[in-house]
Amino acid sequence: MASSYVPVLLLIAFVVANAALIIGLSHLTVRQRPTPEKQTPYESGIPPLGDARERFSVKFYMVAMLFIVFDIETVFMIPWGVGYRQLSCGVPLAGGSCPAGHLVWFGLGEMLVFMAILLAGFVYVWKKGALQWD
Amino acid sequence: MSGGSVHQALSVAVSQAVPLPGSPAAVAPTFDLHIPSQLTLALGPDIVLFVGTTVLMLWAAWRPDSREHQSNVGRASLALVFVTMAAVVGYDLAHVTAGPGVIAVDAFRWASDLIFLAASAGTIALSIDYNAREGILAAESHVMVLFATSGMMLLAAGRDLMIIFLGIELMSVAVYILAGFNRRSARSAEGALKYFLLGAFSTGFLLYGIALIYGATGSTNLTVIGDRIHLYSLAGTPLVTVGVALILVGFAFKIAAVPFHMWAPDVYEGAPTPITGFMAAAVKAAAFAAFLRVWLEAFGDVVYQWHDAMWFLAILTMLAGNVVALVQRNIKRMLAYSSIAQAGYVLVGVVAGTTLGASAFLFFLAAYTLATLGAFAVIVALGDAGETQLDIGDYAGLWTTRPWLAAAMTACMLSLLGFPIFGGIGFLAKWYMLQAALEASYFGDAKPQVELAVMIVVTSVISAGYYLRLVTIMFMRPVRADGGAAGNAAPRAGHLTQWVVGVSVALLLALGLAPAYLVSWTAKSAPVIANRPTYLLPSSAIPPR
Repeated sequence: MASSYVPVLLLIAFVVANAALIIGLSHLTVRQRPTPEKQTPYESGIPPLGDARERFSVKFYMVAMLFIVFDIETVFMIPWGVGYRQLSCGVPLAGGSCPAGHLVWFGLGEMLVFMAILLAGFVYVWKKGALQWD
Repeated sequence: MSGGSVHQALSVAVSQAVPLPGSPAAVAPTFDLHIPSQLTLALGPDIVLFVGTTVLMLWAAWRPDSREHQSNVGRASLALVFVTMAAVVGYDLAHVTAGPGVIAVDAFRWASDLIFLAASAGTIALSIDYNAREGILAAESHVMVLFATSGMMLLAAGRDLMIIFLGIELMSVAVYILAGFNRRSARSAEGALKYFLLGAFSTGFLLYGIALIYGATGSTNLTVIGDRIHLYSLAGTPLVTVGVALILVGFAFKIAAVPFHMWAPDVYEGAPTPITGFMAAAVKAAAFAAFLRVWLEAFGDVVYQWHDAMWFLAILTMLAGNVVALVQRNIKRMLAYSSIAQAGYVLVGVVAGTTLGASAFLFFLAAYTLATLGAFAVIVALGDAGETQLDIGDYAGLWTTRPWLAAAMTACMLSLLGFPIFGGIGFLAKWYMLQAALEASYFGDAKPQVELAVMIVVTSVISAGYYLRLVTIMFMRPVRADGGAAGNAAPRAGHLTQWVVGVSVALLLALGLAPAYLVSWTAKSAPVIANRPTYLLPSSAIPPR
C-alpha cells in the first residue's frame, strides 16, 4: 500500500535535488561584478517606463473570471468521459464492454443536463453583455 | 392558556416522537435511490425550484434593468417559492420514504424545507419593496435568494457529505453575492468581502474534516460512516477525532457560534436589511439542519469526543451573544448578536442528543425564523432610503406614530425573549428546549444537562436587557426632535412589506395560542436517529472515559 507512493517520493526527491543543483552550481561558478547599469530592472532591452502597478480596466478581470468558470466546468467532462461506459450500461460492465441489450441513456442524459445548466449560464452572461468589450 | 395544557401538548409530542414499528409510513412509496429515475423523483421539489430558478435567471437578464422588471421577477420568484412549497407539502403528505442513498427522504427534510421556503418567501417580498426604495434595479437579487434556497434544500436533504458540501457552497456563494448586492454602499461591500473570505476559510475546515473522515471510514455517506465507526470502534482514533473537530469548526462558522462568530455583526450590519433577515433566519436554519443530521446519523458514536466541546460552544454562545448585544446601539447589530445568542439555544438541542432534542430544535428554529423575519420586516418598513436611521434611539415614540408596527416589533422581541402569550411561540420554544436539556441522555443513561438549562434561563434574563429596552424606547419615549425612524407617519414601504410583518406576527401569536399542531408537526419531523442508536447501548458496553 505505502510502496505505491514510492514513485511519487522519488519524483519529489528528484525535483528538489535538481532545483538545488541548478541554483547551487550557478552560485558556485558565478563571478559577481555588479554595476549600477546591471542592477536596473530589465524590460525587453529598453529602459522601464513608469510604475508596474497600474489600474487595469475591470473588463480584463471579467474575461479572466469567465474563462476560469467555463474552463473549470469543462474539466468535469473528463471524469464523466472516464466513467461513460459504465454510466451508459444498466448492468456492471463485462470485460470492459456492456452486455447486449443493457445500453441506457443515463450517461448521455447526465452530460446533457450538465451542458444545459452550463449553457444557461453562458446565455445569461451573453445577455448581460459581459462578452462585449465596449 | 394555562401551563398545564402546554405541558400536556409537549408530553403528547414526546410520546409521538418515539418511532413506532409498523407506522403507516411502511405502506407509503419507497424510493430506491440507486435507480436514477427514482433518485430524480426523490429530489422532486428541489428540482422544481432549481429549474424554475434557472429560467427566472435567464428572464432576469432578458430585459434591461428597470423598476418594473425587478418587481416582476420578484413576484414570479415569490410564485415559484409557493409552487415549491406546495410540492414539499405534497411529498410530506404522501409519506414517501427512501432506501439508503445519498439523500434522505423523511419528514425532517420536508419540515426544514418549509422553514427555509417560508423565510425566502418573506425575504423576496421584502426585497421587492426594499430594492425599489434603495434604487437597486438588478432583478437578480431575487434569483440569488432562490439559488441560496436551492442550496438549503440540498442541505436538508443531504445524507452524504459530498451533497452537504455542495449544498453549503450553493447556498454560501449566493449569499456572498447578496450580502454585497447594494453596490453603492461601502459597508455592504466591506461586509460581503469579510463574509466571503471567512466563509471560504471555514469551507476549508469543513472540507479538510470531510477528507479525514473519508480517510478513516472509507465513505462519505452518513449512514455508512456511522455504521463503520460503530462496527470498527473508530471513535477516539486520531483521524476521526480531528475530522469531527474540523467539521464542527466548519459548521460553527456557518451558524456563527462563539468563538467563530466574529464575521456576523459586520456582515449583518452591512448587508441589505432583507438579506440580513435571510441570513439570520434561513441560512442559519439550513446550516443547523445539516449539522444536526450529520451529528445524529454519522457521529453518534463519537459522542465522548464532541460532547464537551459542543457543551462549551453552547454555553459560550449563549453568554457572549447575549452580553455583547446589551451594548449595541445599531438595531441590525443588536439583532446580529441576538441571532448569535439564539444559535446557542439551538445548540442545546444538539447537545441533548435525543429525539426530543431534535424536535425541540425544529420547533425552536420555526419560532426563531418567524420572529427574526418579522423583526427585519419592521426595520424595512421603517427604513429610509440609504438606511441612515438604524440607531435604537431612532425608534423612540414609534407607538404614538405607527402603533401597529410598534406592536409587531414588540411581539417579535418578546418572542425572541421567550415571553408567554404576547411573545407567541417564543415562550414554548424555550420551554421545549429546557425540557430537552433536562431530559438529555448520554449513551443511553439519563443525564440531565442542568447547567445548560440554567444557562438558558440566566441568559434569557440577560437578553431582556436589550429586547425590552427597544420596547421601552418605542413605547415610553417621546418622538425625538429630528423625528428619527418614528417621525415619518407616511408609509415608507409597499404592501408586500406590510404583508410580511402581518403574516409573520400573526403566525407567531396564533401558533403561540394553539401550539399543539406545531408541536406534533415538529415531533414527527425529527430525524430518525438511525437503527444503530448509540444512546440505546447497555451501559456495561460503555468504555470508561
